[in-house]
Amino acid sequence: MIVPASTVGFWPAAGMIAAIILASSVGEILTAAAMKSIGDLDEIRAHSGLPGAIRAVLTCPLFFGGVTFLALAFFSLLYALNHLPLGLVAPASASLTLVTNAAGAKIFLKENVDRRRWIAAVLVCIGVYFLAH
Amino acid sequence: MAHQKLSPRQYAILGLVSVCAPLGDTCLSMGMKQVPNVSLAHPASLIAAVFTPWIALGIALLIGFFASYLTALSWADLTYVLPATAFGNMIVEMLSRFALHEAVSVQRWLGCLLITIGVGFVAQGPSLTEHPPPATQVTVPAEEEQAR
Repeated sequence: MIVPASTVGFWPAAGMIAAIILASSVGEILTAAAMKSIGDLDEIRAHSGLPGAIRAVLTCPLFFGGVTFLALAFFSLLYALNHLPLGLVAPASASLTLVTNAAGAKIFLKENVDRRRWIAAVLVCIGVYFLAH
Repeated sequence: MAHQKLSPRQYAILGLVSVCAPLGDTCLSMGMKQVPNVSLAHPASLIAAVFTPWIALGIALLIGFFASYLTALSWADLTYVLPATAFGNMIVEMLSRFALHEAVSVQRWLGCLLITIGVGFVAQGPSLTEHPPPATQVTVPAEEEQAR
C-alpha cells in the first residue's frame, strides 16, 4: 500500500530515519570492529594468499553481525522510501549517519576522534546533505 | 595517537573505496533503465537483468568497493575511511559536469567543496588510533623468570 508522504507525521518519519541511521551505524561499527580484530588484510594475504584472507573474514562472527545490521539498514531504507520522499530520506540518513558513526567509533571502537575528525565529519555531513538534497 | 603514514598502495585502496561505489551505483542505474519494468509477479526478470552488461559491471564494481572498504578498515580507523566513501560523491559530480556536460547547481558545488575540505582535514591526520597492549598480555618467559 502506498501512503502519501503528507499523511506521515513528524514522529513516525523521524522514527523511520532514526531506524536507518541506527542500523547503519551499528553495522558499520561492527564491521570495523571485525576488521580490527582480524588484523591487516594485506599482511594476511601476503602470508596465506587471497583464500586465507577471505577465510579470515568469513570466520569472524562480528563481520556477520555487521553485515546483518547493514542489510537491516537497507530494508529500513526501502520501508522509509515507501512512506517518505527520497529528497528527505536520502540526505537525512546519509549525512546524519556520518556523525553517529563518529560518535560510535569514539565510544565503542575507542578511536581517537579529535577536533580535526569532528570538524571533518560535520563538513562532510553538510556536504553530503547538499549533494543529495 | 601515533602518526600512521599510509603507503601508496594503501592510498590506492582508499581511491578504490571512493571510486567503486558511486561508479557501481551509476552502472546499476544505467542498466536498470535499459531493462523493461520489473514486477514482483515476475522475479525471474530481475535475475535476467543481473546478466546485462551494465548491471554485471555495476555488481563487479560494488564487490570491488566492499573488498577495498574491508581492507581499508583493517589498517585504518572507521572515522578515517568514511570521508573517503563520501569523496566518491564529489567524483560523480565532477564526471557529470565535465564528462557528461550536465548542469551542476551552486548548492551541489558547495557540497563538493565542503566534502573536499572535510576529507583534506582527515587525510592530514593519523590514519589509525594506536591502543596500548593490555597489561594482562605482558608475560615473562619462563627461562627469564628462572634467571631472576
